[in-house]
Amino acid sequence: MERIFFYIFALIIIVFATASVMSHKILRAVVYLLFSLLGVAALYFMMEYNFLGAVQMAVYAGGIIILFIFSVLLVHHIEGELEEPTLTRKVLMGLASLIGFGAVMSVILTHSFITVDVPRASTEVSEIGKGLLSYGEGGFILPFEVISILLLAAMIGAIIISKGKKNV
Amino acid sequence: MMLPTEWIHNFLYALMPEGIAHAVELVLIALGFLAFFAVAGLYLVLLERWIAAWVQLRRGPNRVGPWGIFQTIADALKLVTKELTGTTKADMFLYNLAPYFPIVAALITISVFAYSQSLHAFDINIGIFFITAVSSIGVIGILLAGWSSNNKYALIGAMRSGVMVVSYELSVGLSLLTMVLMTGSLQLSEIIEVQRTGGWLIVQGHIPAVIAFMIYMIAGTAETNRTPFDLVEAESELGAGYHTEYSGMKFAYFFLAEFINMFIVASIAVTVFFGGWLSPFGITDEIFWLQPVWFLAKVFVIIVLMMLFRWTFPRLRIDQILTLEWKYLLPLNLMNLVLMAIIVWLGWTINF
Repeated sequence: MERIFFYIFALIIIVFATASVMSHKILRAVVYLLFSLLGVAALYFMMEYNFLGAVQMAVYAGGIIILFIFSVLLVHHIEGELEEPTLTRKVLMGLASLIGFGAVMSVILTHSFITVDVPRASTEVSEIGKGLLSYGEGGFILPFEVISILLLAAMIGAIIISKGKKNV
Repeated sequence: MMLPTEWIHNFLYALMPEGIAHAVELVLIALGFLAFFAVAGLYLVLLERWIAAWVQLRRGPNRVGPWGIFQTIADALKLVTKELTGTTKADMFLYNLAPYFPIVAALITISVFAYSQSLHAFDINIGIFFITAVSSIGVIGILLAGWSSNNKYALIGAMRSGVMVVSYELSVGLSLLTMVLMTGSLQLSEIIEVQRTGGWLIVQGHIPAVIAFMIYMIAGTAETNRTPFDLVEAESELGAGYHTEYSGMKFAYFFLAEFINMFIVASIAVTVFFGGWLSPFGITDEIFWLQPVWFLAKVFVIIVLMMLFRWTFPRLRIDQILTLEWKYLLPLNLMNLVLMAIIVWLGWTINF
């Protein structure tokens, strides 16, 4: 049962990711990307990583995709289509993605994965919070703080850009 | 005493193999929810019209059935039989897809609530976060509908809605987070368990809880795109806003989703602030069939409050709405969060 659902979700992710790249209408590409991201969220929910699945939905589907849609809505007219790339570009892109695919597959197939029997209990949010703030063994306080500084810098940058130059 | 659900459960498992019975059970529960909320949505529309009539000193719907109780069912039947029109220059794929986003997001969300101790379809451990994550999908439908209709008014309505909903999601999330500080859990059943022993959270958390509730009601009204935040479909300015080009059932999906969303906002408020299915002072907590009645009664009160907002306040301008959120509600909310943290830390909550 679980295996069937895994293959269904995997198929959804792959089909919509491909459709997103192939589409000539930009907003349709964004919607295909949304379905692909929701498929990943479904995989997380299937593995009982509820928190990660909900983050995937809130951040990617609810945040980033809405930003994409906004920028398309602001700059793109409904009748506009993306131009067809030239043949050499298509061939080069195809080669590049084949090489990438080959590299990933060769690593996956040759690497010997260690299987661990983890009890299928979903992680508590409080554990995630403690993990993020602990500075002991396996704590994530440093990356957490570095990312918050990065986000703060991005916010200040956005404010300065949107304010523009003052002509006083 | 045997519940009817238990009887169905035993019957299904006796009839077929375990895997199939489980799947059939899931489908039956989903269908039950779907049927209940389709009808509940229709009656919310009717309630809205009654309250509008009451506020405006009119009679309201009173022709179809006694007191007009079949009015919205007749409307729904009419919508089902209507022709689905579309414009030739619309992006038909997205145009047809858009109505499903709000309705699917709304229907996923209603499965998470605890209507009573046992009537709880999906008790996920991240309850409240799951609700906010799923309901953030709904606005995509509005944006897509506005753009793919190829209509300037629809596009402007969709843009306004997108900006407003994305902004007010912050306030909803933060005000709920303020309350989660007291419960220490996001799971809805545990949030109610905390209130069973210690009193409703709005009493437990006194001042910051009341502030959080007010902010939540303002932001929740904005999330459902209702007056005074109904810029999306400001009829006098924009035609009908993002659903100008929609007809028949496709329009009905948007409309129904809006009313189910109102139910969702009220349900979250009831669960987080007013003790969910618990009765006041625990007088009838043990009687299991009264629990959903209490839940629905509280939801009803909050919905009536939101409907009174709609027929009382005039519409705000988009810049006023964004100023309210970013310059007043958000800083207030952050301060309130810190205040609540201090109160919980010092143990100044009221516990019975």
